[in-house]
Amino acid sequence: MTIALSIDQLSVALPADADRPYALKQVSLHLNRNEILCVVGESGSGKSMTAGAIMGLLPDRVRAESGRIEFEGRNLLELNDAELRRIRGAKIGMIFQEPMTALNPLITIGDQIGEMFRTHSKLSRRETAERVQALLRDVHIPDPLAAARAYPHELSGGQRQRAMIAMALALEPAILIADEPTTALDVTTQAQILKLIRELQERKGTAVLFITHDFGVVAEIADRVAVMQHGVVVEQGEADTILNRPQHAYTRALISAVPPLTPPPIRQVAEESILAIRQVNKIYRKGGLLGRNKRVTHAVRDVTLDLPKGGTLGIVGESGSGKSTLARCVVRLLDPNSGHIEFDNVDLASLGRRELREHARHVQMVFQDPYGSLNPRRRVGELVAQGPIVHGTPCQQALAEARELFELVGLDPDATRRYPHEFSGGQRQRICLARALALKPRVLVADEPVSALDVSVQAQVLELLARLRQQLGLSLLFITHDLRVAAQICDHIAVMKNGSVVEHGTAAQVFGSPGHEYTRSLLDAVPGRHWTPPSFAGDIERIAA
Amino acid sequence: MRFLSLAGRRLAAALPALVIILAGLFLLLQLAPGDTVDALVAQMGGGDASMIEALRRHYALDQSTSVRLGDYLWRLIHLDLGHSAIYGKPVAEVIVDRLPATLLLMGSALALAFAAGMGLGIIAARRVNRWPDTLISTLGLIFYATPSFWFGLMGIFVFAIYLGWLPAGGFGSIGSGLTGFARVLDIAYYLILPTLTLALIFLATYLRIMRASMLEVATLDFVRTARAKGLSDNTVVVRHILRNALLPMVTLIGLQAGTMLGGSVVVESVFSLPGLGRLAYESVMQRDLNTLLGVVFVSALLVITINFIVDLLYARLDPRISSGH
Repeated sequence: MTIALSIDQLSVALPADADRPYALKQVSLHLNRNEILCVVGESGSGKSMTAGAIMGLLPDRVRAESGRIEFEGRNLLELNDAELRRIRGAKIGMIFQEPMTALNPLITIGDQIGEMFRTHSKLSRRETAERVQALLRDVHIPDPLAAARAYPHELSGGQRQRAMIAMALALEPAILIADEPTTALDVTTQAQILKLIRELQERKGTAVLFITHDFGVVAEIADRVAVMQHGVVVEQGEADTILNRPQHAYTRALISAVPPLTPPPIRQVAEESILAIRQVNKIYRKGGLLGRNKRVTHAVRDVTLDLPKGGTLGIVGESGSGKSTLARCVVRLLDPNSGHIEFDNVDLASLGRRELREHARHVQMVFQDPYGSLNPRRRVGELVAQGPIVHGTPCQQALAEARELFELVGLDPDATRRYPHEFSGGQRQRICLARALALKPRVLVADEPVSALDVSVQAQVLELLARLRQQLGLSLLFITHDLRVAAQICDHIAVMKNGSVVEHGTAAQVFGSPGHEYTRSLLDAVPGRHWTPPSFAGDIERIAA
Repeated sequence: MRFLSLAGRRLAAALPALVIILAGLFLLLQLAPGDTVDALVAQMGGGDASMIEALRRHYALDQSTSVRLGDYLWRLIHLDLGHSAIYGKPVAEVIVDRLPATLLLMGSALALAFAAGMGLGIIAARRVNRWPDTLISTLGLIFYATPSFWFGLMGIFVFAIYLGWLPAGGFGSIGSGLTGFARVLDIAYYLILPTLTLALIFLATYLRIMRASMLEVATLDFVRTARAKGLSDNTVVVRHILRNALLPMVTLIGLQAGTMLGGSVVVESVFSLPGLGRLAYESVMQRDLNTLLGVVFVSALLVITINFIVDLLYARLDPRISSGH
């Protein structure tokens, strides 16, 4: 095999005021022709910085200090801007994570792809248009003629990412750098995009540098794998070796943290239900003063579910399936249009504002984004104590209880005097949990509580949730799009699609013998479903400590 | 069809505001001492009580306030702005006489402020934190902080009196009998100083918005995509950053249309231009209620129209708007 690109002892220095001196330290990698190399690591590992260094697109004030990036016999780090521009796009293509924001919202798709030819070749308008059509057909966009005329917002996320890929591959570059290209996509779309990348790579013999944080994706697509931590490549090798027989402790810890897709043995859960959702409907109406352009969206349609006492009910589905809307209806952040939500012989769905405040304490919610859901201007202890104070607990007592709660969720009680920005993502999610628990709820509604977290942190938070469930006798309504996570923590699982529950049963039933076609397609789409991550129990504690 | 329904809805939304403004102004002017007849009599150099009485009856000033307000609004529904006692002709005619000067001044000042603000903003953003940026930003601050009458007076002093390059005021040479293109040039010559004076403050706002907007758009993902495609810096700015950065600027035009009309009162007074602003000022002094209300009505329509055009422009610039997303 011939080497398409090699990185040799590359160090990238960060500006003096950053939290560490180097983004990359002595990184050596090589990328062969006709292979997919996955660079995998958690946030801050320097994997995106590596891509930036290759493209010569490092952020301001960040520069490559030493080392070489060899491509077609030249060191990319020594090229001037004009020379680099001739390589960017033409010889090294790149696709990004967010297909929504990575395309210019004001320019049509066809025009943005055509820009590649206008920049790097002298094709006529007609030839360009023809090539754009051919590319769009290559990436299997439905109705390529319309897609070329469409603006980015008129396409779905998956179609936008297809357009991005078409653009990156327009000039048949020798190398394609894909920076988390499927992270923002739904699982079925992700599976299609991964298949597309694999197909195009094989057909054109492109070398692909695939950056990801998800070992499932690695198992799905990688020929070789490089694992990065804190700007250092800790391990690299064939995909099979790294995934099943990793050597380095960090790799082992990361892989152990990947939840397997098979649910653990069934827990004994009470028959009695604590929360009964009965025929809940939520309808959004939009627009139309005079009844024109009116749109009605059935976000939640006739959902009937039971949350067993002390158990966990997982609601899984893709974006737009209505799972978050349902969660918000349960805590009455949204008012359902019809239906009942029975808790303790009270119908939460029909409570007035005042009664609702009294009952709100029994059902609390944790949100997805631990960065956005804590008020940055208040001390975290106050944030946790706020709920009890509103409900009449004296201030001193509430703050003292906040300290106890911090201990319960595994944080230092003295940290209550700090501000949210002083905590990491995982710690913030623990604070959010403490805040929800401060009112001593009996039901906890968790909306994607681990989706924004790195995989090792995710495992810790899931463990914490399981422990709290046991310790406090909590019942959990757990919303997630990640079937691996759902398999680990949920006793019962409901699968939602377009606002309706299409399948509902114990975790073992849903994962073992899915009844609905949609459930099967979801399960088929889980990246790396044929790979069961090996377990290295001892290593996790060591890394966590 | 969509265009018409949008226009109709806009106008319907603006109507209550318009009525409130007109009624409020009407009542406010009742508080001022004296009325049209007092002003007329003062112009004539005095008159006897019975004539004043007759005049009051003639202009319906002896009626109660509420009756007159109702009367006015009723006439307005028939698009009748009433009759000006001071100018002795219908208010509509008085306003039409004065409108061109104001429209020209506003239009040229707006165009200058927008174009120059955009240009300077782009330069400042591309050389951010270096001397061109510092220079432009400082200039902007000075323009913004200085009152426009002072600029006007200093402009007159330097360019009209000291250097003698430009006229000190007026709207075209009096009695020159110029026609066609020569007349256009003549008016343009007279408008240079007023336009500059009015434009400078707005220029400073546009400059700062454009600079901030350029810098913000430059950090967005699609700009990184554009650079990864191998586009040159200039192409990235022109094709990808500029149009996105222009969106807040366009919004600002609509927001500033009213302020600009207010600013033109000062500038028209300083340069003795026969415009709407000065007409409004004079009507207040002469208690010419009909004319004043007419000016306010026309100004409000003007601002609504400009905002409507801005909305259309915005939808044209941003495809996300028209599709309802």
